[in-house]
Amino acid sequence: MQIYLPIAELSVNVFLLLGMGGSVGFLSGLFGVGGGFLMTPLLIFIGIPPAVAVATEANQIVASSVSGVLAHWRRGNVDFKMGIVLLAGGVVGSSFGVWLFTLLRGIGQVDLVIKLSYVAFLSVIGGLMFSESIRATLRRRKQTPTKRHHHYWIHVLPLKMRFRKSRLYISALLPLGVGFIVGVLSAIMGVGGGFVMVPAMIYLLGMPTVVVVGTSLFQIIFVTANVTVLQAVSNQTVDVVLAMLLLAAGVIGAQIGARFGSRMQGEHLRGLLAILVLTVCAKLTYDLVVTPEDLYSLIDTGDHR
Amino acid sequence: MKPRAHTIIGLLAAAWAALSAQPVAAAEDLVVDLSAPVVAITTGFTGADLLLFGVVGGAGDVVVVVRGPSRDETVRRKKRIAGIWVNRDLITFEQVPSFYATATNRPLNEFVTPEFLLDNQIGVRSIELKPKLKGLDAVEVARFRDALVRNMQKQGLYARQPGNVTFLGNRLFRTTITFPANVATGTYGIDVYLVRDNKLISWKTTLMTVRKFGFEAGVFDFAHRHSLAYGVLAILIAAVAGWLAGAVFRRA
Repeated sequence: MQIYLPIAELSVNVFLLLGMGGSVGFLSGLFGVGGGFLMTPLLIFIGIPPAVAVATEANQIVASSVSGVLAHWRRGNVDFKMGIVLLAGGVVGSSFGVWLFTLLRGIGQVDLVIKLSYVAFLSVIGGLMFSESIRATLRRRKQTPTKRHHHYWIHVLPLKMRFRKSRLYISALLPLGVGFIVGVLSAIMGVGGGFVMVPAMIYLLGMPTVVVVGTSLFQIIFVTANVTVLQAVSNQTVDVVLAMLLLAAGVIGAQIGARFGSRMQGEHLRGLLAILVLTVCAKLTYDLVVTPEDLYSLIDTGDHR
Repeated sequence: MKPRAHTIIGLLAAAWAALSAQPVAAAEDLVVDLSAPVVAITTGFTGADLLLFGVVGGAGDVVVVVRGPSRDETVRRKKRIAGIWVNRDLITFEQVPSFYATATNRPLNEFVTPEFLLDNQIGVRSIELKPKLKGLDAVEVARFRDALVRNMQKQGLYARQPGNVTFLGNRLFRTTITFPANVATGTYGIDVYLVRDNKLISWKTTLMTVRKFGFEAGVFDFAHRHSLAYGVLAILIAAVAGWLAGAVFRRA
């Protein structure tokens, strides 16, 4: 059964979209990640214009983050003060990102930048996660105690703020900076940015792990909402029909995935996720490096209408 | 979109009657009509077939040319930079038809010369495509032009082969125009030529429209006309959907 997507302006099989939504939802539930970094490349692979894929995925992440944050909120695992500081950086970053995106689209280089950003971030994050999960597995066997890292240089920065929930007294510039970078990524890559923000919160800010996921989801809701509105206004590339289809299947997949995930060991999960991330990364790299079938292409600069 | 056989015969009969009623002086005339003047893009749209039919007043061959609404189109060429293929050189062509298809009752080379095709812009090789900038290297322009046609063909928007015009008897003819799902909206021009001895005897132009209808049209118009409200509504829908999903699965 085909459905015509009004903004992407092409017709796609409904079951393909539901299947993609469900599978990515399953993986995001299993690994506890947003899934934007998988869904956006998948949408591009099936022929959705990259500009539409990125903007629509931001819209979908709003929904998945809302449903995710509720559970954390009920358990009191959201540091709202930290979330708002991250968000302030995120709003500036994502606005800058959408501006950059529109500019790049105008000169016909947005596809390249999207793909290069994916290759850069997925290879670094995937590589780090993979080596970390191997080290964790080895450590489990040796039973050596773990040491917490302390970054003394960050205590020198000005504008210190107290974050009671996270039991931190650090410069506001740090969460602002993290928020900004994640905001830019969110706008350009169509991701929530959890895969960058969560490690940054744990290792750079030193937040307790228990509040990290809830707080990052809280921030992601508003940053992706900002991206959605800005993309809708400047590029008209948010396809609500596509977003709703992915979403409907995604929430169900995520619930099933979460149940499977609770039965598996953390480091094994991270290892599997790392392999998945590296696979997506390898595919994107291959496409950039291999000689294309046709060197010439028609570029969507978004100014036809 | 496919009308039933008896409707077609009915329409053809009407066309034939219209032509027969004409005075003898207009014997070379051409009457053309479409099974529907509008192609509607709705939720289940997967492309459409349109029937074009007509009557010729005298002997000759029929050529049908369909052109979609035109717009500027930019072709880019990739170049390898540091191992990665990057879009570099570009040429923008003006007034590029977004759709182009032809149909004839027999192969074009059997009844017209290449000059005739060029003069009347029949066939993808003859479409007039001018670069926006003047004074570009002609060889390069030709390469980019070929690439433009090739890419449009790959998207199914330019026909690779002319379609068939079928004659039913000596005067009545019909052909089917196929539009793919990614067809652009706007006004399409359909030119029908009657050709005899490499000369244009008569021609008729018919217009038709490709439009989005119903829900599809509503969403698209809303997104383009009230983009801020659209964006806000999109996140509200997403937020409610997310909240609902959370609430439902919490209970379950």
